[in-house]
Amino acid sequence: MERYYQPEIETAPREEMIRLQTERLIKQVKHVWDDVPYYRKKMEDKGVSPEDIKTLDDLKKLPFLSKADLREAYPYGLMGAPLKDCVRIQSTSGTTGKRVVAFYTKEDVDLWEDCCARAITAAGGTNEDVCQVAYGYGLFTGGPGLNGGSHKVGCLTIPTSSGNTERQIMFIRDLSATILCCTPSYAAYLGETMKEMGLGPDDIPLKAGIFGAEAWSEEMRRDIQATLGIKAYDIYGLTELSGPGVAFECSAQAGMHINEDHFIAEIIDPVTEEVLPEGQQGELVFTALTKRAFPLIRYRTRDICVLSREKCPCGRTHVKMSKPRGRSDDMLIIRGVNVFPSQIETVLLNQGYPANYQIIVDRVNHTDTLDVQVEMTPEMFTDNMGEIAARQKLLVEGLRSMLGLTAKVTLVAPKSIVRSEGKAVRVIDKRKI
Amino acid sequence: MVRQISVFLENKAGALAQMTRVLADNNINLRAFSLAEASDFGIARLIVNDVYLTSTVLKENGFVLAVANVLAVSMPDAPGGLAHVLECLKDAGVNVEYIYAFTSDKPGQAYMILRPDDESTAMKALRGAGIRQVEQEELSEM
Repeated sequence: MERYYQPEIETAPREEMIRLQTERLIKQVKHVWDDVPYYRKKMEDKGVSPEDIKTLDDLKKLPFLSKADLREAYPYGLMGAPLKDCVRIQSTSGTTGKRVVAFYTKEDVDLWEDCCARAITAAGGTNEDVCQVAYGYGLFTGGPGLNGGSHKVGCLTIPTSSGNTERQIMFIRDLSATILCCTPSYAAYLGETMKEMGLGPDDIPLKAGIFGAEAWSEEMRRDIQATLGIKAYDIYGLTELSGPGVAFECSAQAGMHINEDHFIAEIIDPVTEEVLPEGQQGELVFTALTKRAFPLIRYRTRDICVLSREKCPCGRTHVKMSKPRGRSDDMLIIRGVNVFPSQIETVLLNQGYPANYQIIVDRVNHTDTLDVQVEMTPEMFTDNMGEIAARQKLLVEGLRSMLGLTAKVTLVAPKSIVRSEGKAVRVIDKRKI
Repeated sequence: MVRQISVFLENKAGALAQMTRVLADNNINLRAFSLAEASDFGIARLIVNDVYLTSTVLKENGFVLAVANVLAVSMPDAPGGLAHVLECLKDAGVNVEYIYAFTSDKPGQAYMILRPDDESTAMKALRGAGIRQVEQEELSEM
């Protein structure tokens, strides 16, 4: 029996959702026009005013916002509420440049936590569960978001935050944690550490995991599910929009339902900025309908994915987004070919390599080089040089057929690739252009 | 037959030194040693006095390794010693994947470690030719 946190919204008929979204969109556009001068100016430049927005279709008349706008408007330029009404900030990791600071009113936090509670409930969580939140707490949205959602569901919440892996395992065992929330790479690392401690999936009570904040593949999901003995659910979000819980996976584990009562999703061509028909792959764009303190309209996420309105067996009616197939920020252009780290990961896991890898891009004599470094494991190692070389060749061929270009594969010593407790550093681009 | 430990080594400065330091710190004596190398990695093959201790401490220090049976033969330390061994294997149709030699403090004696593609045929052929095979205990006591 599928459980819902807010069944009337999560299973609302499409017509009802369109009515709600239209009403909220009209209201939100008025709000930004009145309270966010930065966006009002963008609208004026485009010759749009709130009167032009009457239906969902009118959304495409509105200007986009991008990370560049967020940086330009830093720190207060995109605020939609006076500081006295704000109670919280969260911030991005700042790995791709200047940090983004997002503001929240009390109600913004409340609605965000509802979204996270929906995700935890979809993963089977109830007030009888023990939910260990091993996302970082602090400026990063992962810890606070899932922590709030877990409270709302009524789970006993263990706020371990990230790091101290052996203590994580100790709490999972001693306090019988049933749900684990963290990044997928940290979940994989936890599984690896458990193996080293001689622990298998039957030695821990976990039944579900909610993993997000970075790209991961189906193969990695299979891997994590097997080593931890759980069902692993994907969760999606951005600090700019609230945090985790913008979209989440249900029991079908096939795409993430977008919380459409709070966010309108569009798919655009990243180059022409045209809205693409449903089912086509492109860049995901979000409009926050209910956020007051940081109300972003048509925010370009840089995530490449596909939306689907196919009927979901879980009963939820909200549109589903595929796992992002890459981030236009992560996308590498190597010898003119678009390469996403997730494609490389797929090949590695399909051939039985561990999910720990690093991609090193360089430019030698005006030609881009791609070096995929993989750690040797006891399972892969044999005394036979020829066998190892043959496996290496197979991997090079697998990468060639996936990417359409030749990569070098380097086997490195076990544990030599740095483990991350937050987002994994997968790509080192040494090119000086 | 003796037990050989094969260790994966990344091709970078100090990888081998790091491994031998672990052995030294644990008072492990190498009886024989060889290194096979590809362009980006190598395999160190070790014959040691204590296989269990060696594999345990190497694993604890993060090395990936495999333990396998190989043949060890003893022969006179004189011209023609190795030729005789290899000819007898050739006559039995046995192919040798790799081979390396070592000596001990026993004067006039040399030893070979070899990995045949067909272990039982190789052992039978050596026995038939009167070539003495060294067992693990003898190596450990050297």
